[in-house]
Amino acid sequence: MTLVSISGNLLFVAFICYLIATLFFGGAVKGSKPETSDSEKRWGRIGIIVTIVGFIANLAYFITRWIAAGHAPVSNLFEFTTAFGMMVVGAFILIYFIYRTPSLGLFALPIAIIIIGFASMFPRDINPLIPALKSYWLTVHVITAALGEAILAISAVAGLIYLLKNVDVTKRSKQSFWLEAVMFTLVLTLGFVASTTTFSVMDYEAKFSYVDKEQKDQEITYNTPPIFGMNEYKALTPGTMTPLAEMPPLVNAKKLTTVTWSLLFGVVLYGLIRLIIRKPIAAVLKPFAQKANSQLMDEIGYRAVSIGFPVFTLGALIFAMIWAQEAWSRFWGWDPKEVWALITWLFYAAFLHLRLSRGWHGEKSAWLAVIGFIIIMFNLIAVNLIIAGLHSYA
Amino acid sequence: MAQTKQKRFLIRTLILTVLAVAIIYTIYNNATKDKFEVLGVGDEAPDFTLVDLNGEEHRLSDYKGQGVFLNFWGTWCKPCAKEMPAMDRQYEVFKDQGVQILAVNIAQSNFEVERFADQYGLDFPIVIDKTKSVMEAYNIDPLPTTLLINPDGEIEKIVRGEMTEQDIALFMEQIRPE
Amino acid sequence: MNNIICACGHENPEGTVLCGNCGRPLTKEAKDLKLADMRYEGSARRSQTYNKSIIDKIWNFFSSVKIGVTIIIMILVAAAIGTILPQVLYVPASTEADIAAYYERVYGTFGKIYYELGLSDLYGSWWFQTLIGMLGISLIVASLDRFIPLYNSLKKQRTRRHESFMKRQRLFALGESVGQETLTKSEAKLKELRYDVKREDGALLAEKGRFSRWGPYVNHVGLIIFLFGVMLRALPGFYVDETMWIREGETRAIPEAPGYYLESKDFILETYDKEQADEVFGDAIERVGTIASNYQTDVVLYKKPESALPGQTENLEEVKKESIQVNKPLKFDGFAVYQMDFRLDELKTMHFVLSNKATGESLGDLAIDLVNPETTYDLGNGSSVKLLGYYPDFSGFENGEPQTKSPVPNNPAFLVRMTTPETPKGETSFVAIKQTVEPLGENAYKLEFQNVDTRDVSGLTIRKDKTLWILALGGLIFMIGVAQGSYFNHRRIWIHETKDGQFAVAAHTNKNWFAIKKELDQVTEAAQLPLYKDQQDSESQELKKDGEKSS
Repeated sequence: MTLVSISGNLLFVAFICYLIATLFFGGAVKGSKPETSDSEKRWGRIGIIVTIVGFIANLAYFITRWIAAGHAPVSNLFEFTTAFGMMVVGAFILIYFIYRTPSLGLFALPIAIIIIGFASMFPRDINPLIPALKSYWLTVHVITAALGEAILAISAVAGLIYLLKNVDVTKRSKQSFWLEAVMFTLVLTLGFVASTTTFSVMDYEAKFSYVDKEQKDQEITYNTPPIFGMNEYKALTPGTMTPLAEMPPLVNAKKLTTVTWSLLFGVVLYGLIRLIIRKPIAAVLKPFAQKANSQLMDEIGYRAVSIGFPVFTLGALIFAMIWAQEAWSRFWGWDPKEVWALITWLFYAAFLHLRLSRGWHGEKSAWLAVIGFIIIMFNLIAVNLIIAGLHSYA
Repeated sequence: MAQTKQKRFLIRTLILTVLAVAIIYTIYNNATKDKFEVLGVGDEAPDFTLVDLNGEEHRLSDYKGQGVFLNFWGTWCKPCAKEMPAMDRQYEVFKDQGVQILAVNIAQSNFEVERFADQYGLDFPIVIDKTKSVMEAYNIDPLPTTLLINPDGEIEKIVRGEMTEQDIALFMEQIRPE
Repeated sequence: MNNIICACGHENPEGTVLCGNCGRPLTKEAKDLKLADMRYEGSARRSQTYNKSIIDKIWNFFSSVKIGVTIIIMILVAAAIGTILPQVLYVPASTEADIAAYYERVYGTFGKIYYELGLSDLYGSWWFQTLIGMLGISLIVASLDRFIPLYNSLKKQRTRRHESFMKRQRLFALGESVGQETLTKSEAKLKELRYDVKREDGALLAEKGRFSRWGPYVNHVGLIIFLFGVMLRALPGFYVDETMWIREGETRAIPEAPGYYLESKDFILETYDKEQADEVFGDAIERVGTIASNYQTDVVLYKKPESALPGQTENLEEVKKESIQVNKPLKFDGFAVYQMDFRLDELKTMHFVLSNKATGESLGDLAIDLVNPETTYDLGNGSSVKLLGYYPDFSGFENGEPQTKSPVPNNPAFLVRMTTPETPKGETSFVAIKQTVEPLGENAYKLEFQNVDTRDVSGLTIRKDKTLWILALGGLIFMIGVAQGSYFNHRRIWIHETKDGQFAVAAHTNKNWFAIKKELDQVTEAAQLPLYKDQQDSESQELKKDGEKSS
């Protein structure tokens, strides 16, 4: 076995451990006894042990891949997203040992699982570094930034638990609508994973030629049945589906098709879940959040932001600026990724001011934490995939 | 009491004014940045020395006391080619009145420059800026650009783009020593 | 100005919520609250005190956190809008008209509107810069307004606080102490927990981590310094941003770096070799195609002697030899030169053979240096080629005259006279790539193109930024401040004996209640203080009760 395949297997082990640990944390918060009772503590203890085993496997994946590639495995979308998922687990373990709340694990681990699952949908090859990435700042900047984002993500997990516990999901209200919307978004991510996996298992491939926005002839390969065709497309693979509509040159119809398939799968998945459980997902999850202490969740949410904000600033702005000065000759160039890091930073700055000076605690603070996570994920996914810029290496 | 109140008012006014002025000045500067010049009219013309086609060295400061018509050009540049014969004619008129022409070619080969000078029968000294260092010192863009340097060695005028023969005569008149 | 006189006799400035001396609530709202609002210790923001003149009104506007957050959100939204389409900087067009056309052509009507609204240069727009400026003012004014009263009230805080203050703290206890020497025991324990303890007849104040309260102000100072640095960049002379194209073998003056010259020895482009790359990268190279591994320009940096003038390049002094790579700029005297771009294979030398058209017999070969062509090329044996004209970037004829559109040898053409023993008068020929014109009638000889030598061109960026150290200082101070405020917290515990012999205990922290509770637990146990309650946390009380029932 090569180091690369060992590394891949370790990631799989970590993934399975996180799944199992989630079940144990579920056991820890189920039942009628409070979180702190002995039997519940036992479940929680097993949960955290399995989590740590998974985390060690995850770290081992990271290190073996690092050795195999000769550079920190954070240089493409798969590697970065996986590292981010790993750090979410790391941040959770850290917070767990401060506050010892299994509820947090019950929600943090599934989010890490979704992130890692999402990551594996992208090409998993080990890329050699292009000249712009050949710098030790790659390691320093990306790892610090991802760590900061992971800690901030924990605040969103705490916020989510707070909301699940405190929003009355049986009543129609703005809050219950948006909470369900958050759940729906998570299901959509699963939809993306499901559709990509389905078509890759089928080994689907359809080649097209098209004319791009600069009027040049190009070729493109779809890995999903083409719902939308590129500008002036011509099918090169016989016997594949004919696109339903042709897009103008500005739109990347392949990406649009991927998004549409994810949406379709996601909506169907969500519909099925609703059909089976016959109530909003939030209502099903609510009992699992019931054991959590609202004050504690509020505090964890705030604590995670106050720990994560300086780390994020250091990694995503300061180290980023130092590297940009070294590689691109300017520390700041309004590249979309840079701008979205700034937006994230401004958002958490606003969060802290609203909390400290305007007394936004509890539910308001929890909503802000969730929105912050959405901004982070937007920067991670949408900016790389949709808005092209200097950072779109993947 | 009234005194501290007044002091406070003054301090606040001062802080706000300083900040407002600083910000407005910054925005103004950013907006006009492109138009900013390193060299301007009235500045002393940076000294330089370049070699002409005959191997003779020309140093700007050697022409102190004379007006210098400093023209930057290239053989490929159409407007340059158009104005050069006119420059040559005016050179004949003004060269005895203390106005010198220095035509600085931007880093082309001797062959091309010589051929060009022969073709148009140019008499004024043509020097070649092989490393573009004079061009950098004068921050030249675009071609042609002409600087009028008065007998005191100060920049009298900067002309960007092509000149008519009338312009050239007028400009030479402007830097003619008394 | 109306001072509020508290029941304890202390005079507080207007706007004070909690008495600076004893902590009694002073306003009706504060009295109605179950828990005291401890922001800024209940002191009056300075701005609230004066609100008469227009200056005061402007000041108060910027002092408000609500306004500050609004500005942050406005910047955030604007910044996001600027990422919808690429900014002008990243658009392959230079003139205004080209840019406008580009947006409309590539992005349609939306692109046109985006451009017309000025969103294509959003970050350079006056209004975006104004927003940033307003944020700067807000940072300064709001910090001044809050720091000074907070500093004062923390500096002169009293040990004994009024009961109405104590009972409005989140952690509060009132009751009998079973033990002896409660305060002394508490003091000992608190000191063990590294609190600073102050005692005053029957009252105790323990405090630690007060410096964390200054964190926000320190980080604001850092931000202000950073913004100041950014502002300086707009001034002339603080900032150099130039580009230069340099060909292998050329020596060029470095733009905006007076006296410095750069010689390009070699440009190197390397790619990952699929054969040689170990199996690790094989898949990626297979999928993506060629992947570059290095862009590099080997240069020699020269400085002209002190006395030399521009144009004098005979006695250049070598400063250093270096390889400029991406991520490894050449640095000297505050300047940095970056490898940014390249063009491969620009024509350098053309090789020809002079040959007889009929027989194909060769009379010898010649190499024309396109950068520095010679007038005559003597081939020996009585043959020679004389250069009559050279057109490096031939673009066609105008009035029978060959034209060149640039000085770069993109499409070189020559007007030559070929002399051979057979044709002693010479034959004239116009030779260009894939084109030969014989303007003066049919020739017997021709210049036959053989091959070319090429060279590469490096695109370099030259930067000098005198504000970098200011920005770095600002960043450093910001990080110190933000760490100070985030990783430390200000904890205080008040204990006093009431008139009827009971003990009142209250505790406050600006964050991390979890930790202060743990510490208070220890003190409570050591000194047998009455059990405190978390007055904000109704859930854990219920849970505790449940827990007691079930166990």
